[in-house]
Amino acid sequence: MARVLVGVKRVIDYAVKIRVKPDKTGVVTDGVKHSMNPFDEIAVEEAVRMKEKKLASEIIAVSCGPTQAQDVIRTALAMGVDKGIHVEVSGAEYETLQPIHVSKILAKLTEKEKADMIIVGKQAIDDDSNQTAQMTAAALDWPQATFASKIENGDKEITVTREVDGGLETIKCKLPAVISADLRLNEPRYATLPNIMKAKKKPITKMTPKDLGVDVSPRITVVSVEDPPVRQAGAILPDVDALVGKLKEGGHI
Amino acid sequence: MLKNVSRALLREGRKVYKHKLHSKPNFTKNNYDVVRGNYNYVEEEHLNYFRSLLGESRIFTDLSDLEKYNVDWNRYLRGASQIVLKPKTTEEVSKILTFCNHHRLAVSPQGGHTGMVGGATPVFDEVIISTELMNEIISLDEKAGILTCLAGCVLQNLDEYLAERNLIFPLDLGAKGSCQIGGNVSTNAGGLRVLKYGNLHGNVLGLEAVQANGVVLDFLTCHKKDNTGYHLKHLFIGSEGTLGVVTKVAVQCKLRPKSLHVAFLGLQSFDKVLQTFYKAKQDMDEILTAFEVIDAPSMDLVTSKLELESPIGDYPFYVLIETTGSNEEHDEEKVNQFLESCLKKHHILNGTVTGEISKARGIWQLREKIPEAFKYDGYVFMYDISLPLDHYYKLVDDMREYMGDKSHRVYGFGHIGDGNIHLQISVKEFSPEMKSFIEPYIFHQTKKYNGSISAEHGMGFLKAKYLHMMKTPETINLMKNVKQMMDPNGILNPYKVLV
Ligand SMILES: Cc1cc2nc3c(=O)[nH]c(=O)nc-3n(C[C@H](O)[C@H](O)[C@H](O)COP(=O)(O)OP(=O)(O)OC[C@H]3O[C@@H](n4cnc5c(N)ncnc54)[C@H](O)[C@@H]3O)c2cc1C
Repeated sequence: MARVLVGVKRVIDYAVKIRVKPDKTGVVTDGVKHSMNPFDEIAVEEAVRMKEKKLASEIIAVSCGPTQAQDVIRTALAMGVDKGIHVEVSGAEYETLQPIHVSKILAKLTEKEKADMIIVGKQAIDDDSNQTAQMTAAALDWPQATFASKIENGDKEITVTREVDGGLETIKCKLPAVISADLRLNEPRYATLPNIMKAKKKPITKMTPKDLGVDVSPRITVVSVEDPPVRQAGAILPDVDALVGKLKEGGHI
Repeated sequence: MLKNVSRALLREGRKVYKHKLHSKPNFTKNNYDVVRGNYNYVEEEHLNYFRSLLGESRIFTDLSDLEKYNVDWNRYLRGASQIVLKPKTTEEVSKILTFCNHHRLAVSPQGGHTGMVGGATPVFDEVIISTELMNEIISLDEKAGILTCLAGCVLQNLDEYLAERNLIFPLDLGAKGSCQIGGNVSTNAGGLRVLKYGNLHGNVLGLEAVQANGVVLDFLTCHKKDNTGYHLKHLFIGSEGTLGVVTKVAVQCKLRPKSLHVAFLGLQSFDKVLQTFYKAKQDMDEILTAFEVIDAPSMDLVTSKLELESPIGDYPFYVLIETTGSNEEHDEEKVNQFLESCLKKHHILNGTVTGEISKARGIWQLREKIPEAFKYDGYVFMYDISLPLDHYYKLVDDMREYMGDKSHRVYGFGHIGDGNIHLQISVKEFSPEMKSFIEPYIFHQTKKYNGSISAEHGMGFLKAKYLHMMKTPETINLMKNVKQMMDPNGILNPYKVLV
């Protein structure tokens, strides 16, 4: 049975309207609702399902970020993950933390925890990098199965259906492997109260990148963050009659 | 770019509704026992006047354009109006009413046309005055939290506008994407936040309305305290377009709460629902924003017809609790303690709780979308009833027994925090016999339990003839005198409320 490591990132809730800081150095995060990156939630759900089907023995959720990153670890624990690791990165360091850093941290932890499967979301909805799975696979020299919309576990290998441009691709790869979860892989559960309570007793280990020997010094500087150009919301109408109706309704014709 | 795609997918991608709509409703005048009043018909000369006032583009006379104005949201009623007028200003409304009053043309004021009792749907050929284009925000006093706008502003647009400025509209309801503030005020809409913010009689600080004879009444002073004479603006809150057309509204808006929690719980019985409600009041009354109940058949309806899913499995009753407050940590602690003790005391069997907006929205869908599922369940007779909490669900049980196999689904859900239940009876199709089998029996039962036969939807066309069950002859008489004085020709929304 596999030991599964999942990556969970704390991001601004996707229902929140993003605001750029007046000095254009980033977006406003203070006092803004955060939640688990939706694709990571899918990764967690998949791992928990594997455990329920007795295909996984233990699930470890890892989050790199400031203290509040523990909130998303708790969420993962409430969904059914066994234990959490919080790698503390905060302040300016967190602002320039990139997939290259995170993948090194994940690789180290994988060795430490003797995991043989890593599942992460295909991308985080804040920086949209879509690199962590790929770089982690490289760091470990493991095979990768990205954009998974279906995973079938075999004994020593997995069969993964991938969402590729205009279709699906099915691949097999040997374990250990790195998988990235796409939107249609599953629909994550809502944690139930008894599980939320149980999660409070599950352990979260805290460490720093330094403890793992990973250098997180910045490789980029953020020059400027800008709002997208505003445009009027559009609407898709079924036919010409509907269009004419709408135009009349608005008093345009 | 990728982000936009992924967010859009997350929002919409999973839920694809695939059901048929039922067919066009019959004309109301054929389905119901109602006689056209002594009004004039719209003639070419009237049309010419309206054209000169509004121009060609703000008058609809094409029957296919008129469809959505003639057929109500539930598709139960069909009016036979030949004309929709779309004023943009109070002055235009005033001129239209002056003219209609003079020429004895009956009118139907219409907002978003989401009303549940046919209040805005013409019955015969009333002239429809739509406030659709009166959609401007006039001012916002951010410090005092006073929003002043024209009557046609869509509720959701107002709330989004306020959200940008850290304020919240005191009213929220499932129809927010379509209903308009003028319609909300005219129905004294209740909705999902009454528990915390109270109803519109408290939150509307001022309004402007046009009387049947075109006279503009200005109650826009906007003082929180203003005891100078009779509080006449309240006549327009909940009078469903029968006393005047509301043209402007000023609303008191609170600061938008920073913290939000939504819990969704499964319970064994209605008694447990009540116990949980009292416990919630004890433990966290100051942050309680909504306490909603859903019974099993309602949940079955919304999950089977709209492809939504209960996040916690199947239970006889469900409760949705929302709290909002100013301190995330404090609120979370209160909510968690409350939930833990409910589990311990066996008030609840299971549940889930979230402080994440996106998840909270997902849960709210289960409650808010129930009315949307009606149209896939045959013909639904719906009732909006206030009841003392001890009898709150008894009426549903009564009606289920009374209907026997005449109905395939008798179900209730609603705002338990306000003692307001929405009780539905689904049957295969509408028939006058079925209607008279259900009504007035259900209203007698309601009365027996000391309830009100219309909690928040109003009397409109569909409930009007039962007003006498709720009000004494003396009070009805006074209402009639008020109506007679304010609208002597009876041109404003005839066949509604007082009949
Ligand atoms: C999905 C759904 C959920 C709903 N949930 C709730 C709920 O939780 N609580 C609740 O109370 N209601 C609810 N409703 C009912 C409805 O949305 C409300 O009654 C709403 O306030 C109606 O607003 P509207 O703009 O659509 O008004 P309309 O339907 O257009 O009109 C309603 C009445 O007001 C009159 N009117 C409209 N505008 C004016 C005006 N400017 N001046 C004078 N009279 C006017 C009309 O003549 C009519 O009598 C719901 C409806 C739907 C479809």
